[in-house]
Amino acid sequence: MANLVIAEHDHGSLKAATLNVISAASAIGGDVHVLVAGHNASAAAAAAAQVAGVSKVLLADSAAHANLLPESAAAQVVAVAAAYSHILAPATAYGKGVAPRVAALLDKAQISDIIKVVDADTFVRPIYAGNAYATVKSSDSVKVVTVRGTAFAAAATSGGSGTVENVMAVADSGLSTFVSAEITKSERPELTAAKIIVSGGRGLGSGEKYREVLTPLADKLNAAMGASRAAVDAGFVPNDYQVGQTGKIVAPDLYIAVGISGAIQHLAGMKDSKVIVAINKDPDAPIFGVADYGLVGDLFEAVPQLVAAL
Amino acid sequence: MKILVPVKRVVDYNVKVRVKADNTGVDIANVKMSMNPFCEIAVEEAVRLREKSVATEVIAVSAGVVQCQETLRNAMAIGADRGILIETDVELQPLAVAKLLKAIVDKEQPGLVILGKQAIDDDANQTGQMLAALLGWGQATFASKVEVAGDVATVTREIDGGAETVAIKLPAIITTDLRLNEPRYATLPNIMKAKKKQLDIFKPADLGVDVTPRLTTLRVDEPPKRQGGVKVADVAALIDKLKNEAKVI
Ligand SMILES: Cc1cc2nc3c(=O)[nH]c(=O)nc-3n(C[C@H](O)[C@H](O)[C@H](O)COP(=O)(O)OP(=O)(O)OC[C@H]3O[C@@H](n4cnc5c(N)ncnc54)[C@H](O)[C@@H]3O)c2cc1C
Ligand SMILES: Cc1cc2nc3c(=O)[nH]c(=O)nc-3n(C[C@H](O)[C@H](O)[C@H](O)COP(=O)(O)OP(=O)(O)OC[C@H]3O[C@@H](n4cnc5c(N)ncnc54)[C@H](O)[C@@H]3O)c2cc1C
Repeated sequence: MANLVIAEHDHGSLKAATLNVISAASAIGGDVHVLVAGHNASAAAAAAAQVAGVSKVLLADSAAHANLLPESAAAQVVAVAAAYSHILAPATAYGKGVAPRVAALLDKAQISDIIKVVDADTFVRPIYAGNAYATVKSSDSVKVVTVRGTAFAAAATSGGSGTVENVMAVADSGLSTFVSAEITKSERPELTAAKIIVSGGRGLGSGEKYREVLTPLADKLNAAMGASRAAVDAGFVPNDYQVGQTGKIVAPDLYIAVGISGAIQHLAGMKDSKVIVAINKDPDAPIFGVADYGLVGDLFEAVPQLVAAL
Repeated sequence: MKILVPVKRVVDYNVKVRVKADNTGVDIANVKMSMNPFCEIAVEEAVRLREKSVATEVIAVSAGVVQCQETLRNAMAIGADRGILIETDVELQPLAVAKLLKAIVDKEQPGLVILGKQAIDDDANQTGQMLAALLGWGQATFASKVEVAGDVATVTREIDGGAETVAIKLPAIITTDLRLNEPRYATLPNIMKAKKKQLDIFKPADLGVDVTPRLTTLRVDEPPKRQGGVKVADVAALIDKLKNEAKVI
């Protein structure tokens, strides 16, 4: 039995989520191999070979993979799939694009967003915005799985001694082409990897206020910044700030929810945080139901006080 | 060009589901059911493309129990021209749904299929990508902007670090994200009109599709409960707790 991890990377290095997937693969048991489908990606492949638990890296290096488009990536996975009992990808925008294509091409079901490996056929995954955990058993000969990063510790980036093997790259699918990307520039830690997150909701009132009130707090704590859907919809912050069922799933050591009511869709994205702080003027806001420390009060007074006292 | 829009009947997003006492599933007897919000966005987008004369016809399709007809009527009230129900009581998993949809695509030959990015019950986020793979089509998931010109759709996608724009050759698959559009409310006259629109019904066997589930749900549990609810008096007390009790700052 061997497991194939589909690496998410930027050609030069591995994305953090890949390390969580490698841990999930190790939990299943058997050899762990990593596929790096990229362009001039030998650095990412070398990094993958160093990761604890990885015994082999397959590098498919080709211009067809320059933009990491899912059509070519899925074809690449299928080209090497025969040797594997499990194929795993991160439950990120990238992994969600590729894995279901792989599953369908192999005529296998996919098990999405697993949070636990019970045994080689059985996994736990959240359903209904995390209000229930389903234990699911697959009867397929090959399991295609996406992994929720926050549920598995990151594998160590050193200690491995995997070999890198070049594999023949597939041809460009020709089905889609990359046009452009607008990546939000930020000096802050990435939301899904941050130890502390400061998150703002509709209570902030405007994008200006969001930045004016929350940025100093995030700076003091070296925190990533997140938001509720209401704050994103109102244009306070870019789309990729959204935490929740249909945004990012996060589990930092400390999550500070400011002016967020605590709708179930929001809670789904942050309730596995170690410590939750809520600042809200409504004592009955549902966010207090999950908060370890709730502060009832006007955020425009409380947050500056907090910043001053830190 | 026809546009096919798969719509799913799900537990309404306002309902907080409960796990059944015998741990066999969640209790959805007598709870409010609605169209999956992402599917509503998909219907709206398709109807707008028809209004812009990019598309000629919008066909809504749903797979599931007989009550999915209501979901199809809703889609037609938003503006879909007709509906197709693939009726079954079998528990449908995304691969089976994708195979059923492929059979409908083969019949109808749409230029575009627009689906929700995920259904808010199973949160699987698979069906659109699986359908794209089965058809050998390109895909643009998590769309926040769609423009169609000739046989190319240019789609802006929400990705982890920001946004990405791709061009996909039609026919193709698009899945919707939250900020693609705001679906219109169905007006009463349109709800009445929707009742008279054509709705065809097939069974999976009519389409030659085996929908046998590949995954078995062994049990369903409540997630661990958080012990929340503690309130602190002021900012000083909060800082004290974070430093000395939780030790996170
Ligand atoms: C399909 C679907 C998917 C969704 N996905 C997500 C998701 O992924 N993530 C998400 O977050 N939401 C999601 N939602 C939306 C969710 O249901 C809520 O609408 C949203 O989370 C509310 O955001 P909010 O808490 O910022 O706003 P509100 O609910 O309006 O809460 C604002 C809060 O601010 C407080 N407040 C106001 N002024 C002050 C002040 N001066 N000082 C202190 N407190 C103040 C108020 O008391 C209130 O509690 C989704 C909804 C749907 C239908
Ligand atoms: C009677 C019945 C009982 C079921 N019971 C269970 C159960 O107890 N546990 C369980 O896990 N699953 C159950 N299912 C299956 C489940 O409802 C989903 O159909 C299936 O798992 C698809 O997953 P998803 O919706 O999360 O897919 P996603 O890939 O998240 O869906 C994305 C998009 O695909 C399209 N789509 C998905 N499903 C359909 C559909 N049926 N018709 C039209 N378009 C669709 C929509 O556009 C949707 O927005 C049941 C289904 C039926 C019919």
